[in-house]
Amino acid sequence: MRLREESSTVQVGPEADVVMSSRIRLARNLAGFPFVGRASDAQRHEVLQMVTRAPLGQAFGGGLTWVNMAQTTPQERQLLVERHLVSRHFADSTVPRTVGVDAEETLSVMVNEEDHLRIQTILPGARLDHAFERARLFDQEIESSIDFAFSARWGYLTACPTNVGCGVRVGVMLHLPGLRYTGEMERVKRAAKDMHLAMRGFYGEGTEAVGNFYQVSNQLTLGFSEDDLLRRFTQETVPQLVEYERTARRMLVESNRPLLEDKVFRAAATLRAARLLGSEEATKLLANIRLGICMELIPDVSLELVQRLLLQVQPAHLARIDATATDDDKGRIARAALVRRALRA
Amino acid sequence: MKCDHCDKPAVVHEVVIKGGVTSEVHLCAEHAAQKGYQVPPVPVTQLLAQFTGQVPSIATPQSRKAAAPARCPVCGLGFAEFRQTGVLGCPGCYDAFMPQIGAVIERAQAGAVSHVGRAPVRLEGLADRAAMRSKLLQELETAVTTEQYERAASLRDRLKNLGEET
Ligand SMILES: [Zn+2]
Ligand SMILES: [Zn+2]
Repeated sequence: MRLREESSTVQVGPEADVVMSSRIRLARNLAGFPFVGRASDAQRHEVLQMVTRAPLGQAFGGGLTWVNMAQTTPQERQLLVERHLVSRHFADSTVPRTVGVDAEETLSVMVNEEDHLRIQTILPGARLDHAFERARLFDQEIESSIDFAFSARWGYLTACPTNVGCGVRVGVMLHLPGLRYTGEMERVKRAAKDMHLAMRGFYGEGTEAVGNFYQVSNQLTLGFSEDDLLRRFTQETVPQLVEYERTARRMLVESNRPLLEDKVFRAAATLRAARLLGSEEATKLLANIRLGICMELIPDVSLELVQRLLLQVQPAHLARIDATATDDDKGRIARAALVRRALRA
Repeated sequence: MKCDHCDKPAVVHEVVIKGGVTSEVHLCAEHAAQKGYQVPPVPVTQLLAQFTGQVPSIATPQSRKAAAPARCPVCGLGFAEFRQTGVLGCPGCYDAFMPQIGAVIERAQAGAVSHVGRAPVRLEGLADRAAMRSKLLQELETAVTTEQYERAASLRDRLKNLGEET
């Protein structure tokens, strides 16, 4: 499996102080086939053939790199998950499935996830427009040679009836330490709920928001166009949440500066001293360093370095960099060494 | 992790800091909802469980009388099975389980009952091509299980060409 040395999401994008990344996901199914869960293996293979052989234009360099998941190692699958190129469900599934990735690793296409096609784009920072454009372009190119299941009433038909309609999921990964430390998170979550937005933790549904990273996405997919959905996100939802977070950070500086400084400097000291470091602890501490950089408390570390480290401390990425990280215990040693080295400069 | 107020698993986790004092909150879906916390989206299976054969609000007078069939005629998925998993078997299931599916969608989509927005470019003839593909796939399945490989190969060719006959 060939992957880039570094994921493009470590770059610093627009509104990077709050917005980590922008993601678009389209759910599509091939007309005339049972959905993945009910299809036979022969039918699933047929779907794989049709999708991977569909002609693609110049925008995708003539084609994607297709990775047959049956031929990947558990560590390679974990690497794909850490880069958000495939879902955990897809990595753990046992049906014939493949993922297509473009040269920049900003577009990935899962074939035979819950739906026949899950087209995803991910870009660093607040760039939903661009992410949507690219996903939509792929959608259109495939649609010129393959029929998607569609009904005039429900729109694009999906295996789970709650995803019908435009089949578009718009999402941003936000860093919201200000709202958390000022105790405003609950108000924001309630407001998000009223706006039918889902707010999930770092590791997905129902999990704690490790490092105060939150994925915010639309719950509704029916009754409005994809353009309206995108406009609402780029012009209202995201700017509003960014403004709330920035206001909270200013409040924190004015009313509780010792708390802020304690979080930031304690994290920096721990990471520079630790000899054993788990991936969750590393994520939490790096997140506080990230806050410190944005608040101009840590002048000697760049935002890009922290973004890179946030990915490199994940188990599969760590094992790729340091061959000694063969199990959890050795990984903790390797992770601590990696972070100490990176922060020493 | 358990809920602070009962033994159910906690789905909401919060760290609250007020006046420099940190406290943690862990709540199950029920207690979280009571206290006005955001709860992860309701799974389809739960939406389905909320009405057991009751009249969905979306139903027209005619469809009220027509009970959904026990099985989808296209893929054979039983309604009971769908209730359990929340996942449909094929595009045909949307028609087969119509009144119930309509109510599930309406609930999940905050009252929306019809699609707005883009449609496939090649919408014309799509239903016919889908039906033909479905038929060819079934024949292919039979040909493979009965080891008629030449027939299977020709069926595959016809399937492949189906997408190009527009
Ligand atoms: Zn409880
Ligand atoms: Zn069906």
